[in-house]
Amino acid sequence: MSNRRVVITGIGALTPVGKTAPDFWNGLISGKSGAQPIEHFDTSDFPTKFAAQIEDYEEQDYFERKEARRLDKVCQYALIAAEEAIQDTGLDLDEINKDDVAVIVGTGIGGMNTFYEQAISFHEHGPRGVSPFFIPKLIPDMVAGQISIKYGFKGPNFCAVSACATGSHNIALAYDSIKNGQSEMAVSGGSEAPVSRIGVAGFNSMKAMSTRNDDPKSASRPFDKNRDGFVLGEGSGILFLEEYEHAKERGAQIYGEIVGYGFSADAHHITAPDPDGEGVILALNRALESADISTEDVDHINMHGTSTPLGDIAETNSIKKVFGDHAYEINHNSTKSMTGHALGAAGAIEALATVLSTYHGMIPPTINFETADPECDLNYTFNEAEVRDVKYALNNAFGFGGHNTTLVFKKFEE
Amino acid sequence: MSQDVESKVKSIIVDKLGVDESEVTHEANFTNDLGADSLDTVELIMEFEKEFDISIPDEDAENIATVGNAVEYLQEKVS
Repeated sequence: MSNRRVVITGIGALTPVGKTAPDFWNGLISGKSGAQPIEHFDTSDFPTKFAAQIEDYEEQDYFERKEARRLDKVCQYALIAAEEAIQDTGLDLDEINKDDVAVIVGTGIGGMNTFYEQAISFHEHGPRGVSPFFIPKLIPDMVAGQISIKYGFKGPNFCAVSACATGSHNIALAYDSIKNGQSEMAVSGGSEAPVSRIGVAGFNSMKAMSTRNDDPKSASRPFDKNRDGFVLGEGSGILFLEEYEHAKERGAQIYGEIVGYGFSADAHHITAPDPDGEGVILALNRALESADISTEDVDHINMHGTSTPLGDIAETNSIKKVFGDHAYEINHNSTKSMTGHALGAAGAIEALATVLSTYHGMIPPTINFETADPECDLNYTFNEAEVRDVKYALNNAFGFGGHNTTLVFKKFEE
Repeated sequence: MSQDVESKVKSIIVDKLGVDESEVTHEANFTNDLGADSLDTVELIMEFEKEFDISIPDEDAENIATVGNAVEYLQEKVS
C-alpha cells in the first residue's frame, strides 16, 4: 500500500439521537435513547410496536416537493447527512477539482418503502400502475449516484451492499480509493430507511427484534442479561475523507485518521453468528495487521453489540480470544443501545461515533444496563460516558450473510 | 365538463412537476418549460390514465408535449 494518509475532515449525521453530527454526539454522551413508539403506521397487529426513529422527520423541511418525490427516504437521509459533512469541510466546491471526489456510500436494503408502495400499486393496477421512478428509487447504488449528481463529483462512484456491515465496507473502500490515488477526497458512509410496515414485519418474523413495547427506551440493552433482541433504527452517517497532504495544505479541520481495516466472512449461517467467532477473529486480526499495531495499542472498541442474546456473546468471545487480558483494559461500547440498529447505516453512524471518541477523548456509554450477564464480562462503559484519551479505536460491524468488518481509527497527530 | 378536465389536468401537473400554477399555461411544454424529464413525462401520462380511468396508447402519449395537448386530448377522450 502507498504511504498516503487518509483523514476525516467533514462529518454529517441524521440519527434518532440527533439530526446533526454535533447533536448526535451530544445525544450519545448524555446517554439519550432514540427509541419511540411507531406512529406513522398502525402497529396493532405487530409484535414490535416501536423503533429508534429520527424525531419529527418531514421531507419538506429539506427538499422541494418535486425533488422529494423522486427520492426514497434512504436517499433523502444520505443527501441530508452528506450536505452537512460537505459543508463541514469548509471546502469551496468551486475551487476544488470535483473529478477527484469519490462518492462511496451504501445502503443495506435500498428503497424499501418504494418497493412496498409500488408492489401494491402493481397488484392493484397491473404493469401500467408501476411508476417510472420505481427502479431509480429502489436501487441501492442510487444513494451514491444522487450525491454525485447533486454536487458534480466525478470520482469513483458506487456502493457496496453487505447488510449491516454496509456502512463500514463503504468507508473502507473509500479509504482505499484515496490510498490508491483513485481520488483525493471521498464522501463515504451509509444510509437506511427500514421503519416501514413490511420492514418491521420482516424482522419480527425472524424473531430478531425486541418486543419490550411497554418501555421502548430501555429495549436496546446490549450485554445486559435481560436483552431480548435488537431495536430497529434508521438514518445516515457520512464521513468526508481527504488525503492528508491535501487537507493539511488548506488548513482543514481534522477529526481523526483511518489507518486500516479487516474484512472476513463467517461462512457459517445466513443470519446466526458463528458461536466460535472465527470470522470476527479474522477481521480483528486483519485490522490490527493492516494498521500495523498490536493488541495493547487499542484503547477503545465500538462494538457491533446489537442486543441480541447470541450476537453479544459471540462478539465478546471473539474480542477476548484476540486481545487476551488486554480485552479487559479496553473501553468497549455499543452505540446501538441509543441509536437502535440502522442496518446499512449502522457501520457509518458508529464509525462516526468512534472517530469522535478519538477526537474528544470520551467514550459514549452503553445504556440500559441493569443485570450482569456472566458471559458478557468486558468493560462496556455501562450507563455513563467516560473520559479517556483514545489513540487507537476499532469499530466492528457484521452483516447477515456472515460479512465482518473492523475499521481502525487513530487520534489525529501530525 | 371541459373546465373540469382542464383544472384536473393542471392540478396533476402542479403536483407531479412541483411547478407554480401560474406557469401551467396552455402553451407550456412539459420538457422545455416545466422542467420535466423523460421519467416525469411517463408519470404524468400514468396519472392522467388513473385520474380519468382511461388508457392512453404510447403512440398518443408521444404527441402530448404541452399542457394544451393534454387538455385537448383528454377532453376528447372523456367526452
